Amino acid sequence: MLLRHTSTEIKERSALTVNPAKTCQPIGAMYAALGVHGCLPHSHGSQGCYAYHRSALTRHFKEPVVAATSAFTEGASVFGGQANLVQAIDNIFSVYNPDVIAVHTTCLSETIGDDVPQIFAKAMADGKVPDGKFLFHANTPSYVGSHVTGFASTTKAMVDYFAESNGRKAKTINLIPGYVEPSDMAEIRRIAESMGIATIMFPDTSKVLNGPLTGKYKMFPEGGVTIDELKKSGSSTGTIALGRIASMPAARALDAKCKVPCEILGLPIGLHGTDAFVDTLRRMAGVSVPDGLNLERGQLVDSISDWHQYLYGKRVAIVGDPDQVLALTRFLVSLDMRPVHIVTGSPAGKKYIKSLQAAVAEVPEAVNIKVPGDMYLFHQWIKNDPVDLIIGNTYAKYIAKDEDIPLVRHGFPIYDRLGHSYFSTMGYRGGLRLMEKLLDAILDCKDRDADDITMELVM
Amino acid sequence: MSSIPILEARQAQIHQKGTQPFEMDCGKHSLAGSVSQRACVFCGSRVVLYPIADALHLIHGPIGCAAYTWDIRGALSSGPELHRMSFSTDLREKDVIFGGEKKLAAALGELIDQYRPKAAFVYATCIVGIIGDDVAAVCRKVEQEKGIPVLPVHSEGFKGTKKDGYKAACDALFKLVGTGSTADIAPVSINILGEFNIGGEAWIIKKYYEQMGVQVVSIMTGDGRVDQVARSHGAALNVVQCSGALTFLAEMMKAKYGTPYMRVSYFGIDDMAKALYDVAEHFNAAPEVMARTRAIVRREVETIMPELNRIKCDLYGKRAAIYVGGAFKAFSLIKALRYLGMTVVLVGSQTGNESDYATLQDMCDDGTVILDDANPLELSKYIIEKKADLFIGGVKERPIAFKMGIGFCDHNHERKIPLAGFEGMLHFAREVHNSVTSPVWQFAPARAAVLESKKEVAR
Repeated sequence: MLLRHTSTEIKERSALTVNPAKTCQPIGAMYAALGVHGCLPHSHGSQGCYAYHRSALTRHFKEPVVAATSAFTEGASVFGGQANLVQAIDNIFSVYNPDVIAVHTTCLSETIGDDVPQIFAKAMADGKVPDGKFLFHANTPSYVGSHVTGFASTTKAMVDYFAESNGRKAKTINLIPGYVEPSDMAEIRRIAESMGIATIMFPDTSKVLNGPLTGKYKMFPEGGVTIDELKKSGSSTGTIALGRIASMPAARALDAKCKVPCEILGLPIGLHGTDAFVDTLRRMAGVSVPDGLNLERGQLVDSISDWHQYLYGKRVAIVGDPDQVLALTRFLVSLDMRPVHIVTGSPAGKKYIKSLQAAVAEVPEAVNIKVPGDMYLFHQWIKNDPVDLIIGNTYAKYIAKDEDIPLVRHGFPIYDRLGHSYFSTMGYRGGLRLMEKLLDAILDCKDRDADDITMELVM
Repeated sequence: MSSIPILEARQAQIHQKGTQPFEMDCGKHSLAGSVSQRACVFCGSRVVLYPIADALHLIHGPIGCAAYTWDIRGALSSGPELHRMSFSTDLREKDVIFGGEKKLAAALGELIDQYRPKAAFVYATCIVGIIGDDVAAVCRKVEQEKGIPVLPVHSEGFKGTKKDGYKAACDALFKLVGTGSTADIAPVSINILGEFNIGGEAWIIKKYYEQMGVQVVSIMTGDGRVDQVARSHGAALNVVQCSGALTFLAEMMKAKYGTPYMRVSYFGIDDMAKALYDVAEHFNAAPEVMARTRAIVRREVETIMPELNRIKCDLYGKRAAIYVGGAFKAFSLIKALRYLGMTVVLVGSQTGNESDYATLQDMCDDGTVILDDANPLELSKYIIEKKADLFIGGVKERPIAFKMGIGFCDHNHERKIPLAGFEGMLHFAREVHNSVTSPVWQFAPARAAVLESKKEVAR
């Protein structure tokens, strides 16, 4: 038993996180920045940070991940990182020639008090930023929030730095997809475009972190939102932010800066989540829902009815990022399943906890919720009160193996399976895929455990 | 020799043998703004100490440093699995302002009470160095209270390179050395240093030594145990592998305990055999050791030879690029690849020193590109230019190779099968063969042309 060290006795831990269900802000910042076309994320800190982030993202996406670093030394840590960052900006534009550099801070540069805007001003004054090239930054100290807030802050920084309003409104709708997979971003855009809506989506990591094999190494792949699009986002008709934790700050900032009205929704996971998204798109853009989308919806409803007998009453433990966990919980409850242990690693606030409690209000038994918690506590809950299914990232597989419970991988990171970057779990089609995964896990387990007498062919 | 822009300051870190006087400008801190493949001090310490399976490894810092190093390296243990859990003080903003010492003491106390480890390693991260927590003092206090060694690891990320992290780890290990009983240690005895049991490699090496009649007192740190480290000063010889991560410890043990050491490599037939012969030679007062060694080498080589010969036929004339952490590993890989009939067209390391590069220069054929601290652009440029069929590297290099449509072999943390020892050579050859000759590359546009032209030439 790999996790034999997990005890069943639950103690309040204040000084200690064991087996985290989150990581630090800068990796979220890096992921968001990769969703800008021609952008080189830059870690203003020591060399290890960005090496770890690049490795973690590489393991998750199986794609090259580039970023640069200020490569702090002891000297920089005493005298400040200005010289390093100015030199870095100079070096990056002369060697790698990106369109834009997205700087994020780290615990180190935040604590020594580096002022990034002031350093940018110095770099520009010194002529280190060529014409037509851009810089932007987000403050992402690792001791605040989590990878999700790092993502949210960097997405907001795209608005702060680039969104402009010329007073005229274009017909475009801004989509802020949240901390989701490249496949999800592509699906969210597809749904909007199938309704005939022109969109600006940011960030957009599709075709960046799920690109094709071309026989060439491209430092800056094809995908990503362009700076021009980001500028135009200030003139859009409206913004739809998916996931309150990851996307609301950017949407609100755009409303405040350019008077683009926004709607904050949950992630479009499952029937209700997608209905809310499609309905908001329809209203905001003044279009009607096309037959194709209605068909997809109908197919999802049909499949739920076909298979609900294997799902209802099943007890589930979910661990993950706040926006995902909330949307998944709502979907499971709508399938008459019972999420009974729910943990997010990221701090998400009281309002979030209330939403989660409301989502499970109809579950006919007590539900454990911990925001923020860790995977150790999650495991303890499962040990004390076993479930039929676990939903979580790759690290949950240890729990699944030790407790012999089927696992559906969802979230970040997934280091050990294919699929997440190519097959979306968002929208009606994504709902079908999620259902398929839930059923595969549950029914494979049922088949495995069936004895010769009760083994069934038809399900 | 370049069509991609290369920073002036990096020119002296890239050479092509035979075209210019060779003076590698290595051992430098990476330039700010570089997309280096290197990591930090903490990373160095963590990889060295992490395999000690019955020790507690507590990371004092924000969550990221713990999250990114949670069980990512397949260092196998035959017993305890405590090292595969992730423990962090998860420092928050409040702790950064008011100091994290209390939190550290509380976390340590809690963990030691619960898990009763044999020792505890406390890793200091960047932020701890900046806010000035006295980690050593906390460790001393807890050590007195709990009666186990509690060892601070001074691994603040910005305080140097990965190599300095090795040194910090060795400093911590050295405090354990000499604290255990040396009873039952034979005169013909060694410590295996710098072998981390990735994929069970340490077990293979240990088996050879034991069959030679050499007692293995400790392995540092693969499948490591605190008690073994504590009594390692009783061994007659330190056998240090590869990158030199543990050379610092060998030096310290030589100074304090007079333990001689030798450097060896376990990769490839020649180096593996040489390692065993060198150790046997050291113990020439016991001639039966050499006799047994000869028998072992003969037996092992005979076992792998038939299949190796078959593989060599397919690999003859194929070209390989190597980019690894330590240069010492590159030496072995060049020999092993040559043995398989392949040509090495590029070789680079993250941390090589002047004498390492001089050795590489001697070993390589004319025209081979030799790089220090390379970035992905440089790597990809030379791989295409030199028409490599295989890339050997680590996690961040793998997708770069695949994007270009060439084979890859992980010779770093993510190798899943043992590549050390005689049987490891066979695994290595199989992996190289399978990847280089994979039918998938015919679908890589750029490579397809190269493969086609090679066929033409062959005809």
